[in-house]
Amino acid sequence: MAIATFQILRGDASNTRVESYSIEVSEGMVVLDAVHAIQATQANDLAVRWNCKAGKCGSCSAEINGMPKLMCMTRLSDLPLDKPVLLQPMKAFPLIKDLVTDVSWNFAVKKKIKKFKPRKPDNPDGTWRMAQEDIDRVQEFRKCIECFLCQDVCHVLREHQLHDQFIGPRYLVYTAALEMHPLDVEDRLEDLKKEDGIGYCNITKCCTKVCPEDITITDNAIIPLKERVVDRFYDPLKKLFRIFRFKK
Amino acid sequence: MPSYDTHNYDVLVIGAGGAGLRAAIEASAAGVSVGLICKSLLGKAHTVMAEGGIAAALANVDERDNWKVHFADTMRGGQYLNNWRMAELHAKEAPDRVKELEAWGALFDRTKDGLILQRNFGGHKYPRLAHVGDRTGLEMIRTLQDHGIHLGIEVHMECTITSLLMGGDRVTGAFGYEREKGRFKIFKSNAIVLATGGVGRAYKITSNSWEYTGDGMSLAYHAGAELIDMEFLQFHPTGMIWPPSVQGILVTEGVRGEGGILLNKNGERFMFSDIPELYRNQTADNEEEGWRYTQGDRNARRPPELLTRDHVARCIVRQIKEGKGSPHNGVFLDISWIKNKIPHAAEHIKKKLPSMYHQFKKLADIDITVEPMEVGPTTHYMMGGIRVDADTQMSTIPGLFAAGECAAGLHGSNRLGGNSLSDLLVFGKRAGEYAAKFSKENKGGHLNEEEIANAAINALEPFERNEGESPFQIQYDLQEMMQELVGIVRHEEELWRAVEHLKMLHDRAARVKIVGNREYNPGWHTALDLQHLLTVSEAITIAAIERKESRGAHFREDYPQKDEQSGKFNLVIKKNADGEMKLRREPIKEVRTDLQQIIEEMK
Ligand SMILES: Cc1cc2nc3c(=O)[nH]c(=O)nc-3n(C[C@H](O)[C@H](O)[C@H](O)COP(=O)(O)OP(=O)(O)OC[C@H]3O[C@@H](n4cnc5c(N)ncnc54)[C@H](O)[C@@H]3O)c2cc1C
Ligand code: SF4
Ligand code: SF4
Ligand code: FES
Repeated sequence: MAIATFQILRGDASNTRVESYSIEVSEGMVVLDAVHAIQATQANDLAVRWNCKAGKCGSCSAEINGMPKLMCMTRLSDLPLDKPVLLQPMKAFPLIKDLVTDVSWNFAVKKKIKKFKPRKPDNPDGTWRMAQEDIDRVQEFRKCIECFLCQDVCHVLREHQLHDQFIGPRYLVYTAALEMHPLDVEDRLEDLKKEDGIGYCNITKCCTKVCPEDITITDNAIIPLKERVVDRFYDPLKKLFRIFRFKK
Repeated sequence: MPSYDTHNYDVLVIGAGGAGLRAAIEASAAGVSVGLICKSLLGKAHTVMAEGGIAAALANVDERDNWKVHFADTMRGGQYLNNWRMAELHAKEAPDRVKELEAWGALFDRTKDGLILQRNFGGHKYPRLAHVGDRTGLEMIRTLQDHGIHLGIEVHMECTITSLLMGGDRVTGAFGYEREKGRFKIFKSNAIVLATGGVGRAYKITSNSWEYTGDGMSLAYHAGAELIDMEFLQFHPTGMIWPPSVQGILVTEGVRGEGGILLNKNGERFMFSDIPELYRNQTADNEEEGWRYTQGDRNARRPPELLTRDHVARCIVRQIKEGKGSPHNGVFLDISWIKNKIPHAAEHIKKKLPSMYHQFKKLADIDITVEPMEVGPTTHYMMGGIRVDADTQMSTIPGLFAAGECAAGLHGSNRLGGNSLSDLLVFGKRAGEYAAKFSKENKGGHLNEEEIANAAINALEPFERNEGESPFQIQYDLQEMMQELVGIVRHEEELWRAVEHLKMLHDRAARVKIVGNREYNPGWHTALDLQHLLTVSEAITIAAIERKESRGAHFREDYPQKDEQSGKFNLVIKKNADGEMKLRREPIKEVRTDLQQIIEEMK
């Protein structure tokens, strides 16, 4: 059986080091299996988050050879095992320990976004009618498993650390899901422009590339939101913005 | 005494899955202060993984459906060991609970005329499961979470409760640790709702996550509450089996609901050759009729693949034992065959079962639109759990409530798919409502310092040793043992062996060693979880010994038939005065006449 080596970032915010572990790999193994094997046999106190092991809960986010990914959906057979595999926690958030980071900022951001506010029910029994075509787009956004990989990769948060001025792609998707919800009557455009800092996004599309749920974050969520903001606040500039977009 | 981080709430909810969130929302609506605790981050509880749908007799797809049919289906599925009052409340209230989710922002798939779409599932007479593709649990938990965060509920994430605190004969608080630093926390509350989910981690092959160590049941049991129906553990017939690392991961019943069929290695559709008497009238006797059923033909009867899970799982085991299994000891589940029936089948499958498509493609290199999957049974759901009052969800301890998978009664000896998500909503709401009421009416609970000191000593005890075994090794051995000796097919002699093993595992668990310190230390957490796992494993095993018949999910090789007398009682487990696990038979209350009539009419 083949042997693979993993270099895992260990320690807490005050003291980190990279440790090497070698394990036997078997058919079909994913990175999370390797981490569990190391935890069970070589490092009982190795901290890692996981729940579903099937790409459904968004707990096991980490950086594998520098790429933000879900550990449970990354097959070892897709990695070059002739070199050690480097495992690091997400960089955009403060380290707690080993592969676990403090993502509480994300939960705080969500709380600030104005909640769902439906129009009056269509029917006397308190229900509504909605056509499937009208909810397809929002259903795409609601696939989000809150893995925060898009937040991790976005340079506005990762490099510039503008956590207090920009809500990040995850919450732009969240806001888009609310704004485009056929029943919702709340208005979040002013917040988007001001507190949420949608202007910081310069459509690099890095977020879309890492999304494990294949949500087209930029094209389907962020750009339409930007357009709505532009329509409302800077109508004359709208044309320019569009030209810019088509060139890309 | 050291001072601990202490919090005070009118109602404390332990567990933030569907049941816990729904309870917290309801308690909060009643105007009391609410604390909510979960072992993982918010939104990651098991509920997020549910795939197929929520059962509710909305009658959007087939207007013949109503609460009575749902009630009768649930009772038949549970082989009449269900708490019939719970089954009644559940069937009646589920539709409102689902509609309420829509008012909170959930977007279910739609029918052509814009209503909530419903799909077929095993044991449900009509298409009844409201769903969103195959990620219904995600939609549900996110909706509850996003609604709940605006209600002033205080959430303590990554915090684990290790003991309940009792001020006399009622519950008054809970003791636990937060993962990050490993510091202790105390929660004082006059009413507590347990919503901690199931026990699947006691088994090697399971669809359940690390969280499912039976905490709620064990906490309640050690505090003196009664457990019921612990012998009934559901093995879902279709888990992934290959490659080894994905073993146990669920393949939703929705695959069969959409027309998927089960085949053995000879290509035979073996489910047609064993249809139980109780279901004969409702089951198709030829393939064509079965297909028409899945496509919504209202005059067709369901294909045998959509019989209840206990039965399908056993049929699969039998195929494997007879040497007719697939290469990796399972059977084949094929949805790709529908390309012979409908145009654009591949697109259709991807639209209806997106996460199954993704899961097999990514983890097993299998394209389910062109080839069959290999599947086998996986430990999935605990029907048994904390014994509660049907209307209020209060356990046998005053002030201690339970809802969701950790509570018992609704499902009897076997749960129908989709009846869990609806269970969470219906009884989560009730638990929240009655916990708030109890708290308002019973103020003045007090904490006992000595109890707190003991809880702290117990939690730190594993750090005392310099030598000992790894907790992961003990957990692993427990899982192997339970899988082997207390699995789908049970035998008295093996069950007694399991009892012996459990004693040894108990001793080993008392000598575990922890590496590292208290900060985010999974070794320590696993050591503490082990205590719960051992408690629920013992309960499952002794109940399995006592039920000398085969019924629902409990199958005894040495008693392969149903026994009429055994159908008249539930098994109740309680800790006796000297700390031993005690089991007794509790006669089932006679079904109310109007409900009995419904059961008879729908037989
Ligand atoms: C893969 C899969 C698919 C499924 N599909 C369906 C389906 O389609 N339809 C259906 O009806 N059912 C389905 N089920 C079953 C259903 O999802 C579960 O039974 C249900 O979600 C359980 O919900 P719950 O609220 O009781 O517990 P959970 O959602 O599991 O939540 C338990 C909570 O308790 C917390 N907790 C546990 N112990 C402690 C402790 N000691 N201290 C603090 N907190 C604690 C956990 O952190 C978690 O927040 C499925 C299950 C699985 C595994
Ligand atoms: S497209 Fe915008 S949100 Fe996405 S990574 Fe780039 S800057 Fe960030
Ligand atoms: S949008 Fe995609 S990448 Fe971002 S949190 Fe959601 S699932 Fe993860
Ligand atoms: S463990 Fe759930 S996404 Fe990886």
